[in-house]
Amino acid sequence: MAFCHVDHELAPVRRVAIFGGTHGNELSGVLLVKHWLENSAEIQRVGMVVKPFLTNPRAVQKCARYIDCDLNRVFDTEHLSEQETEDMLYEVKRAQKINSIFGPKGSDDAFDLIFDLHNTTSNMGSTLILEDLNDDFTVQMFHYIKLALSPASCPVLLIDHSNLKYATTRSVAKHSVGVEVGPQSHGVVRADILDNMRRIIKHGLDFVELFNSGKEFPPCSIEVYKIQEKVDYPRNEAGEIVAFVHHHLQDQDWQALKPGDPVFLDLDGNVIVYDGDYTVYPTFVNEAAYYEKKQAFIKTVKVTLTAKCIRSSVLNQE
Amino acid sequence: MVTLRRPLMLICLAGTEQVDQTLFLIMFKPLKRVVVTGDTHGNEMSGVYLAKHWLKNPSELQRETFSATPFLGNPRATEKIVRYVDQDLNRSFKTEILTSSSEGDELYEIKRAKEINQLYGPKGSTQTYDFMIDMHNTTSNMGACLIVDSTENHLIMHMANYVQKNYTLAKTPIYLYKLGDEESYAIDSICKYGLALEVGPQPQGVVRADALKHMRGLVNSVLDFIDLFNKGTAFPAFEIEAYKLLAREDYPRSSDGEIMAIIHPHLQDKDFDPLNPGDPMFQTLDGKDIIYEGDTPVYPTFINEGAYYEKKIAFAKMEKLTFSIPAIQAQTE
Ligand SMILES: [Zn+2]
Repeated sequence: MAFCHVDHELAPVRRVAIFGGTHGNELSGVLLVKHWLENSAEIQRVGMVVKPFLTNPRAVQKCARYIDCDLNRVFDTEHLSEQETEDMLYEVKRAQKINSIFGPKGSDDAFDLIFDLHNTTSNMGSTLILEDLNDDFTVQMFHYIKLALSPASCPVLLIDHSNLKYATTRSVAKHSVGVEVGPQSHGVVRADILDNMRRIIKHGLDFVELFNSGKEFPPCSIEVYKIQEKVDYPRNEAGEIVAFVHHHLQDQDWQALKPGDPVFLDLDGNVIVYDGDYTVYPTFVNEAAYYEKKQAFIKTVKVTLTAKCIRSSVLNQE
Repeated sequence: MVTLRRPLMLICLAGTEQVDQTLFLIMFKPLKRVVVTGDTHGNEMSGVYLAKHWLKNPSELQRETFSATPFLGNPRATEKIVRYVDQDLNRSFKTEILTSSSEGDELYEIKRAKEINQLYGPKGSTQTYDFMIDMHNTTSNMGACLIVDSTENHLIMHMANYVQKNYTLAKTPIYLYKLGDEESYAIDSICKYGLALEVGPQPQGVVRADALKHMRGLVNSVLDFIDLFNKGTAFPAFEIEAYKLLAREDYPRSSDGEIMAIIHPHLQDKDFDPLNPGDPMFQTLDGKDIIYEGDTPVYPTFINEGAYYEKKIAFAKMEKLTFSIPAIQAQTE
């Protein structure tokens, strides 16, 4: 029997939160969190506290992505330390509140783990979003979830990137998991999408319970899609979109896009092709919320990540 | 007897009470003044982009006997990529609203409705435009749906029949929206005749190439029909299947209005398929099914439409009927 080196022992994960409604019109997470606030039996596990939480209640009320600004982009030091004023943006105020309950971000007092539930209009299936490629605990969890869901696929998007990483709501916790399930229109709840999201949370919580119980997870590796570049729509001088996602690319999230493949199509029938040098894997293809962010899709490349053997330090403490 | 919308001449070859529609030929004036709008709802993007495109380059809307004029119905909603700014524009064309006094604090869509009514109406007058195409998208799986007020509108039923036969890249069901004697509140009701196109599924705020292609195909097919009609082509009588609105079904809600159950996975995406007594309609988050308890099958449409949560509509219940439509022809000079 190989045992984890003592260096690989990690603190148990006791305080867990599940966020819904970070974007108020992504309804799977909104409905699941509301449901669990009334009846949390489904998400409770031995040896941990799991707290469901609605992060942006005013946006949920309006069924809008946000009120003043995107809540999932303001968890940086600048916004979290902004002096409270009368005209402070609603989402910045919420971010500070969330940071005070579940953080402070980067401190020992922060929650151990946060799942943040999102939907996309893109055909991304059940996607897990990883922020830190060195987070062995989370990589091990993703490995566990992928195995539990197979043969259904569960792609992992790695957003660890010097310019493209954004300050997410879940980043207040020590370990953070973005759950992104699609395709689903904003403001709509589909039973199949809700069910897929629910399965991810079930397996994620099962993993934490096993980990806390002292189970050792041997070294593992997973394939991830590493974010590389944002691609905007072709626009005219006035900034208006002049070509759309080509039907050969639509719904083809995670599929290889090779040099010369069609990417955009304009209303006169002209095709714009991918002119890169190597194959990329597009995702967030034609996401509604990203038109304003000037993003038609993001290019990713496939990378294999490995995680060390991990084990909870709980047994040694007892 | 049949009621006819604006027949100029009715040739009745049989004097019996049992009306055989095949014995009629109904004459209509040609459709010369035609408008096309695409952004009645500012986040339904097929129409938004097509209308903008045609404003720059309208050649696609030209036919031998007429040229259709594109216009933007709700530019402020379009700019913000929202359905509406103050209220639903496509519910703002009742005579009562169009003739209300103009106080300074009017809602934007009411102001727009009055402007559009001046440009292409006024509703019910002799000066109205002949025909309006109104382009919409839905998050429901409705294909390339043709929305007509009622089958008594024989000219538009011929148009729908022509589109069904000539645009075959998507299903093109006919949706009859007139419920009882209710006056139409839709934008196309200000013209003599109107047809709304409802293409889905497409999320709001998103342009899908496939939905855009279908929308474009429908519009071109409609314009082709009008051109043939204007040239004096006789269109013979026919029978056709169409779905007529019966009632609207809301989500099960708690006493404080919260949705308690969602569209059942067996019903999702099944627009225009029969829902039989005993079939599941909704599912609670505890996994309980709520079944349809009616006596006869209905045909749900607008299943899980994003914009209808606030209107308290989970789906529209339709009946499937067969109609016989008499022959028509344009009255040419
Ligand atoms: Zn619409």
